[in-house]
Amino acid sequence: MPETADPTRLRSDAGPAPLVEARQLTKRFGAFTAVDAVDFEIAPGESFGFLGPNGAGKTSTMRMISCMSPVTSGTLRVFGLDPETDGPAIRRRIGLVPQEDTLDLQLTVFDNLVVYGRYFDLPRHEIRDRAKQLLEFIQLAERAHERVEPLSGGMKRRLTIARALVSNPELLILDEPTTGLDPQARHLVWDRLYRLKQQGVTQVVTTHYMDEAEQLCDRLVIMDNARIVAEGPPHLLIDRYSTREVVELRFASGDYASAAGRLDGLASRHEVLPDRLLLYTDDGEALVEEVRRTGMAPDRTLVRRSSLEDVFLYLTGRSLVE
Amino acid sequence: MTTAFGVETPGMHVARGPQEPPSLRALRYWAYQYKRTWRGSITTSFLYPVLYLAALGVGLGSLVDNHAHHVDQVRYIVFLAPGLLASTAMQIGGNDATYPVMAAIKWMRTYYAQLASPLRLLDVLLGHMGWIAVRLLTVTVIYVAVMAAFGTVLSPWAILAIPAAVLTGLAFATPIAAYAATQETDTAFSTIYRMVLIPLFLFSGTFFPVSQLPQWLQYLAYATPLYHGVTLCRDLALGQLHPVLDVLHALYLAALAVLGLWAAQRTYRTRLVV
Repeated sequence: MPETADPTRLRSDAGPAPLVEARQLTKRFGAFTAVDAVDFEIAPGESFGFLGPNGAGKTSTMRMISCMSPVTSGTLRVFGLDPETDGPAIRRRIGLVPQEDTLDLQLTVFDNLVVYGRYFDLPRHEIRDRAKQLLEFIQLAERAHERVEPLSGGMKRRLTIARALVSNPELLILDEPTTGLDPQARHLVWDRLYRLKQQGVTQVVTTHYMDEAEQLCDRLVIMDNARIVAEGPPHLLIDRYSTREVVELRFASGDYASAAGRLDGLASRHEVLPDRLLLYTDDGEALVEEVRRTGMAPDRTLVRRSSLEDVFLYLTGRSLVE
Repeated sequence: MTTAFGVETPGMHVARGPQEPPSLRALRYWAYQYKRTWRGSITTSFLYPVLYLAALGVGLGSLVDNHAHHVDQVRYIVFLAPGLLASTAMQIGGNDATYPVMAAIKWMRTYYAQLASPLRLLDVLLGHMGWIAVRLLTVTVIYVAVMAAFGTVLSPWAILAIPAAVLTGLAFATPIAAYAATQETDTAFSTIYRMVLIPLFLFSGTFFPVSQLPQWLQYLAYATPLYHGVTLCRDLALGQLHPVLDVLHALYLAALAVLGLWAAQRTYRTRLVV
């Protein structure tokens, strides 16, 4: 079939075809709109993020991409295929790390991988070889023949990631890969995901942690209330929507609104949060000096670099993590 | 290309697998899970008929035979055994379609794991129901062997009581699975047991001919699937065939199993694909 005759073809420009392509993608549950006409493209080899607070529509989007949830309206193509008609063919090429683990707690670590590999109709000997390698990769080889139930949250999460890799997927979908893990466990997961990226595995990550998004994503979209509010590489989003540095001030009085009024004009922009005042500037130390000169004595002063948290705050007026 | 942990470049699928039907691949999961419990399960499958046939067939049966001079022209244990076979199939079918279905939806989320793979919803459903059929088959084969050991098998037709009992179990399993998939908690399951399975067990002709019931209850009994399972198994085990009626019994059970499958396909979709 000539491609030009395909009415579902969305791209006209040249370049590598995107692995995932969404146009006006919408998901409704009854009267509730979970995803509201979003557009995005994910290129092969890219680590692409969906950053946003809980309920922003990230998981619904992930479930549509992984062909587990039907599209309400708009167009979605994964590997150029339509999830509605080619679900099994698409899922064969996807590894899914769902938000909630779906491991079998009664089976052993190893059997979880073997059973899952069988779903993909992989030859048994191949699954066994891969399972062994993957357990080394996620540092669970010693636990291979233990039941999953008593494992820690971090170990279960790593096992879920290994399981998603058994089928050697072209696209790895990670829905909040490190939510609920302690810092050490998170860093281990991040490190493994980084290695996978180096091996060319395209990754789609949802997260409500800005540090995770900055760590893992080449490019991301920020979602809020079912819509995409910004899109770009993390550092460009920070450049575009924030200043280089941020000064955080805490006052014993707790009256941040009037403090903000008195400091008006010193910073290029400010945000009043319940527990602190944020001043946006390109030179934090200089701004702290100026604040001192006004005679105000903040309880605590912190100068830091802008993060995606500030971008989110700027775009939505709310904090990402409450 | 080999990578840091020795696996191929993403997407480079090596030799394809032995092309197993997708529903069979889903079934394999349940077989794996059974590996943990098969010893206890098989032991129970032996013990259950031995205990029932010894207590009710031999013990109670000797009383019945002394006073009533046989039931339907055979010793009580011969009358009872095929009824117990069908009832056991019903209970296994019912039980395996309640808590395990709930577990696969909520507690362990196995269905979601399967649906993230190339398996389709129907594969997932057929895999689970197929596994229940395998379970029913092992239990009924053992049951018929125990029946034979107790001397209650009177005809070579009894071999067909095995598929008849499996069908009886499935006639309960698929509609109950369809219902289980609509539930948020497992509280309704004990109600199914108390209000449906136990009364059927007692009044569908397992322990005494339905003709002993008042007329209106007889009609009610005829309508229940277990009556048809019990009667079919009994006709086969005793070699007292009623060709037309027996085919109708089997069709009734098959129709229920297929209807249940159709309903389950709908309730599973509503529940799992949102």
